[in-house]
Amino acid sequence: MATTAATFDQVGHASHVDDRSFIRKYIFSTDHKIIGIQFLIMSLLFLALGGALAMMMRWQLGFPGRPLPGGSVLPETMAPGGVLLPEFYNSLVTMHGTFMVFFAIMPLLVGVFGNFLIPLKIGAPDMAFPRLNMASFWVAVSSGIIMLAGFLAEGGHAGAGWTAYAPLSETPEYSGVSLGQQLWCVSLIVLGLSSMLGAVNYIATVINLRAPGMTWFRLPLSIWALFITAILVLLAIPILAGGVIMLLFDQTIGTHFFQPAAGGQVLLWQHLFWFFGHPEVYILILPAMGMVSDIIANGSRKPIFGYHSMVFAIMGIGFLGWIVWGHHMFQSGMNPTLGQTFMISTLLIAVPSAIKTFNWLGTMWRGNLHFHVPMMHSVAFVAMFVIGGLSGVFMATTPVDIYIHDTYFIVAHIHYVLFGGSLFALFGAITYWYPKMFGRMMNPFWGKVHFWLTFVFYNLTFFPMHQLGLHGHMRRLYDPTQYEFLRALQPINRFISISAFLLFASQAIFALNFILSWFRGRKAEANPWRDNTLEWSVPSPPPHGNFAATPTVYRGAYEYSVPGADDDYLPQHRRLPTDPAPAPQPAGH
Amino acid sequence: MRYLWLVPFGMVLGVLGATGASRQQGGSIAGTVKFTGAPPANPKLDMSEEAACKGKYSTDPVVVVSNGALQNVLIYVKGGLPAGQKYSPPATPAVVDQEGCLYHPRTVAVMVGQPLEIRNSDPVLHNIKVVPKKNRGFNISQPTKGMKTTRTFTVEEITIPVQCNVHGWMHANLAVFAHPFFAVSGADGTFSIKGLPPGKYEIEAWHEKLGTQTLTVTVPAGGSATANFTFSAKAGG
Amino acid sequence: MPWSWLLPPGASTFAGKIDFLYYVILAVTGIAFVVVEAALVVFLVKYRSRPGRAAQYVHGSTKAEIVWTSVTAVTVVVIGLMSGPVWNLVKGRHSVPADAMPLAVTASQFEWHFTYPGPDGRLGTADDFTLRNQLHVVVNRPAVALLRSEDVIHSFFVPAWRLKQDAVPGLGIRVWFQPTQVGSFELGCAELCGLGHYRMRAQVTVHTQEDYDRWMAEQQTQNVAMR
Repeated sequence: MATTAATFDQVGHASHVDDRSFIRKYIFSTDHKIIGIQFLIMSLLFLALGGALAMMMRWQLGFPGRPLPGGSVLPETMAPGGVLLPEFYNSLVTMHGTFMVFFAIMPLLVGVFGNFLIPLKIGAPDMAFPRLNMASFWVAVSSGIIMLAGFLAEGGHAGAGWTAYAPLSETPEYSGVSLGQQLWCVSLIVLGLSSMLGAVNYIATVINLRAPGMTWFRLPLSIWALFITAILVLLAIPILAGGVIMLLFDQTIGTHFFQPAAGGQVLLWQHLFWFFGHPEVYILILPAMGMVSDIIANGSRKPIFGYHSMVFAIMGIGFLGWIVWGHHMFQSGMNPTLGQTFMISTLLIAVPSAIKTFNWLGTMWRGNLHFHVPMMHSVAFVAMFVIGGLSGVFMATTPVDIYIHDTYFIVAHIHYVLFGGSLFALFGAITYWYPKMFGRMMNPFWGKVHFWLTFVFYNLTFFPMHQLGLHGHMRRLYDPTQYEFLRALQPINRFISISAFLLFASQAIFALNFILSWFRGRKAEANPWRDNTLEWSVPSPPPHGNFAATPTVYRGAYEYSVPGADDDYLPQHRRLPTDPAPAPQPAGH
Repeated sequence: MRYLWLVPFGMVLGVLGATGASRQQGGSIAGTVKFTGAPPANPKLDMSEEAACKGKYSTDPVVVVSNGALQNVLIYVKGGLPAGQKYSPPATPAVVDQEGCLYHPRTVAVMVGQPLEIRNSDPVLHNIKVVPKKNRGFNISQPTKGMKTTRTFTVEEITIPVQCNVHGWMHANLAVFAHPFFAVSGADGTFSIKGLPPGKYEIEAWHEKLGTQTLTVTVPAGGSATANFTFSAKAGG
Repeated sequence: MPWSWLLPPGASTFAGKIDFLYYVILAVTGIAFVVVEAALVVFLVKYRSRPGRAAQYVHGSTKAEIVWTSVTAVTVVVIGLMSGPVWNLVKGRHSVPADAMPLAVTASQFEWHFTYPGPDGRLGTADDFTLRNQLHVVVNRPAVALLRSEDVIHSFFVPAWRLKQDAVPGLGIRVWFQPTQVGSFELGCAELCGLGHYRMRAQVTVHTQEDYDRWMAEQQTQNVAMR
């Protein structure tokens, strides 16, 4: 059914001049490519904002109590005389996490590349439900506006951490925050709706709209990862929404789900949050792994090593993600016997993670490595993910976690996975698919400058956080110098802060390269990276409806350096004389 | 700050009030609050883990008696004011200072709309947690010495506890009145309430530990009335 | 030594065991880190594109997959098996020694209140007394604290003892420890608990038994019962 409708749609568009109005084409567009670009712009703005909030935190941590340069523009309720208030610092902590997780990394991976890549890579004209797709974006925008509005709320924005542990999060008497936290809840409920709309669409599209010959095991790993991610989103987001609705009800209509004095359970929130939250962690890394796999195979001019293992590893991580949430709660007062169980399941995640890492290495082994900018970011992804993965072993091990839980070791770990992992992958992916999105190349020289500065300052910022954690430095401290044993660590904190400022400043290069290339970049040909997958068989940018005729797929996505071939890549849609004739199209096509 | 736009209206109302009513020439109530018997022992304070305040105060001044005079009693007109009369708040703020990890004064009263200024004279974090029943509460911090925060209140409420969670012993009493006829007894136990129109009033004296006492006084036109209160250890239990 | 991967000195019976596990994991992950990153760098240099270079057309190796899957699985399972007993010792509900000195610890925004059993050694009697932000214990003698919270979640964290346990409103959690070193240590709150979280700090004093008895006697004469 869906295939028929879509194919009809595509034929209709391919044969007509595109006569949609500006608003239909660029604002309320149902074209998955435009929606992907809309998500890209929205989430890059939130990425910048989340980074700016982190800079304010780092100022306070590096130079506690000194007025923030330019901070006097902030209202008195945030920073009187430019000195950040502890409650505002808590809001910064909360909103940095919230923006980065929900409004930057997640939409960048799922909203941008799920949208942009899935139809193009499987040979479909658009998503299965284009209008749902458009709704998904505009619902996400509404959610973002609600979240931003929280900064104007009396009592300040939510300040209980992005994990919003009850009862601090829901009791204004304890936090001083009321409206801000309520807006936080409403925004996440609305955002959840957006993610669900996206997820059903991705799942339906991958299942139904694959081009002839695009069997499951010919799918690029990016599509496998996005598909599994969409399933995780579909199953995990309702848990978050349910929990957040309970939190909102506790605040507004007087329920007591998380209030022990009235019979509620404090730990219930943590169970709900992390039952969502751990799959969420994989939502934030799986698509990055998938795209990195595509880019590394391309950069190595070599088939991906162990394609099937990679697919099963994605599924394995997706499955294990559901049975490890308790490792966030080892010290929460949960029954210690459960701690043992969750330790084992958590440690097992090392297995699929190792499979992926070794297969990336295997892909590069005996390759013919081309270090274009996306490849540099992808290699950095592997190198950084190794650190993030290995540091995970420390906190998975319950006794060691007793010591490092809620310290900067955890902060280092999550940033090695989310920044060193996901964000490096995203810089690579944005550079890689930029020509397909905008028809122009990003400047490779400035791309490399940005990469090296980011790589160096990133490590200078986050690596020393391991050491802070190992010396017992707690998280979310407004002023660590209040503790005698942390005063000795202040030079590290200052070093980290300065590195962080340089890291943030380096991103201006990316921003400028992104914006200027849009207008002045070198025009991109259809297949600038000499890649195999279907999106490179159509012009850059592809027309509305993507493919002039439905492509037929003859092989997997990673046929590089095939012996005897006339070039070092062999696109999925190219029919060789040895390939069977395309199956006759069923009636109606 | 949310009600800043009300200021011009308030000023106009104030001028009208001053010309219309006879507050300036009104009568007054004055008196002394005394304490008989041995004052109850105040709780000891353990500030040893707070370097900035260590040793400054050793007891929590709940009941402060000197020469038989009781300090920190809130005295206010409870009944007898003309119904429906509106009063404009003074522009000068009432001030609460945090010094030596205690509030000074311990009992403070403001009028609806009158600014309450909270200062921190300690080089240490204090938070000011105000949880009223009728007004909008807040819980804010003052991490550094010399910080000031100003807040106003919208409806009458007697009384609202003020506390600091960093120093669990820190308590103050805040009262918000819809009229300007209130006072807090000083170190010598005296107080005075000025500008009252002639009439018969019910006066209440409130102490956080010793409870309340009520008197009825008649204020003659342009004259003054006396209201003396005497608390004892038994009164409040 | 702030810039170090060595842990700061420990001062409880847990520290040795937890630190040992930490160093085992540090060694294992350290080796994995060096091997993987070195292989990566070698590959990047050795297989970089040069004129005339062609990639080898190979799709994988089942043997290699089996090797790295099973090596990883065995390693993490061994780490898990080594960790189990230590976890049980620290957090297991039946591992609290019977002769442990009882204490009650109540956390509230932003203070720790320690209730001591007094000379009779039992909680819930008239000679109990409570101190703010001061924990006094005896060296080499186990103590067990009943950890409660009055408002939001806090976390009892003594870095030198390698001990951390959340204090959860509505729950009473028993946490035990045995200090091995006399001296002064810091206790912090490790769970974001509001605007004063960063200075929810207490001083831990570990006494010798004689010292402790003397201190206890002083407390009795001063009678600084706070609540």
